[in-house]
Amino acid sequence: MDHVPGSLRAALIAVENHWTWYRRNWRATAVTSFLQPVLFLLAMGVGFGSQVQPGEATGGHRYVVFLAPALLVLTAVQNAMFESTYAVFSSFKWQKTYHGVVATPVTPAQVLHGQLLWIALRLLSGTAVFLAVAVALGAVTSPWAVLAVPAAVLAGMAFSAPVVAYTATREKPDSFNALYRFALVPMTLFTGAFFPLDQLPAWLHPLAWATPVWHGIELARGAAFGTLAPLPAAGHVAYLAAFVVVGTVLGRRHFHRRLTA
Amino acid sequence: MTRTLDPVRPRTGGGLLLRVVPPGLYAGRPHALVERAYLVNRRAWMSVVSGFFEPLFFLLSLGFGFGRLVTSAEGVDYPVFVAPALLAASAMNGAVFDATFNLFFKFKYAKVYDAVLATPMGPVDIAVGEAAWCLIRGGLYSAGFLGVMLAFGLVASPWALLALPVCLLVALAFAAVGMAAATFMRTWHDFDLVQLAVLPLFLFSGTFYPLSVYPGWLRAVVGWTPLHHAIELLRALTTGDVGWGDLGHVAYLLVMVVVGVAVASRRLGRLLTA
Repeated sequence: MDHVPGSLRAALIAVENHWTWYRRNWRATAVTSFLQPVLFLLAMGVGFGSQVQPGEATGGHRYVVFLAPALLVLTAVQNAMFESTYAVFSSFKWQKTYHGVVATPVTPAQVLHGQLLWIALRLLSGTAVFLAVAVALGAVTSPWAVLAVPAAVLAGMAFSAPVVAYTATREKPDSFNALYRFALVPMTLFTGAFFPLDQLPAWLHPLAWATPVWHGIELARGAAFGTLAPLPAAGHVAYLAAFVVVGTVLGRRHFHRRLTA
Repeated sequence: MTRTLDPVRPRTGGGLLLRVVPPGLYAGRPHALVERAYLVNRRAWMSVVSGFFEPLFFLLSLGFGFGRLVTSAEGVDYPVFVAPALLAASAMNGAVFDATFNLFFKFKYAKVYDAVLATPMGPVDIAVGEAAWCLIRGGLYSAGFLGVMLAFGLVASPWALLALPVCLLVALAFAAVGMAAATFMRTWHDFDLVQLAVLPLFLFSGTFYPLSVYPGWLRAVVGWTPLHHAIELLRALTTGDVGWGDLGHVAYLLVMVVVGVAVASRRLGRLLTA
């Protein structure tokens, strides 16, 4: 039994598996994970932003400065979308790598932990690159904006963990399109990233508050602009962490069911 | 020994196309491929219907949320400014993704076209049939979006009646070019190049803000890009600011159609019958 890896070691082995693949194939996702958010920052922040007068709606900041921390969160959540749906689905169904892994002493729960850890690392690298570009474009005014990176990764994982659990129950990839259009796109457009939430009708606000994206944006913007009080910050972190925990617990159950049956 | 009981001869008197295209490439039956697409999509109607909501969400968010930050652009209300651009962009997006991802999948993995070619149909039937399906689907989305624009009072002129046929032309232009591009692709990795082309077009073609934001040289560059022409044309129609110069935009889109279809059917023919 000396060869049975511990939980952490097993998760790291799973990460290494992803890394080995990614090292050779990273170009396939380079545009979507790194270039897309930068292009959005240029078009919306610099281009569209040139038409916006800094004012109350933008917290007194130039529009591109107002947008950058929120776009960091959207980047993480958008990257999480693909990594938690098609990538995971493929490992179950098309490439069956998970089935291969559980034939070793690694358990289904450890496969899940490794997968989530890998997604978190992807989100971290994506947001870090984006932050660097935002700094280069002069869209960042405070060193505290660095804290927006962990906030974005946390928000991304709060979305990713439940979606991975959901993906583990799917036999066909058909519903991912609907998830993209009815969950991700509205979360991108209506949660206060591009304009303050109070410009939307009041009945929409509770819907926005329920999404991880809104909490992530509040955290990221609050950190970047120094407007975040400790108590609300703790509340946002707790809410997002709860998503991660519930998603992981559900995911463990679904992974176990699917990989041991 | 198998023998064909009912050999299908190229039909005589089937119009110019049948006489120009060499026999074997075209059997005059692209409608069979459209019927197939309809039967397949009837199963996945949810993903077809949901395609309509994406531009609608963008319109609601950008038109009305952004609209508070920027009240007017080029002399019209911001929602009036952005709506025709979103219409053009959604026609482009739908057409490009249908013509690249779906075509590539059917071509390379599902081997649909190998099966099609085992029938009397030829590569030109495939190209025309696929393009027709793209148009039907794109036309439905565009009609729905125009209806929403009308309901929100974002249409200022009866010229907008021409917006639907123009949307079809835009979709056809991008589908034709996309299809031609898809025949050059080797693996899924190449699809990032599609994103690399479509995303900047979507973001920088004067979709969300007037071109006057750009310095002169950049304005000249954007002036040559395809989505810009589509947006200008649709914007002219829905705001009623129509002039003879808009025929130039139409000509640009027509050239895209001709070049795209010519390259796509030639490449498909070579790849499939080799």
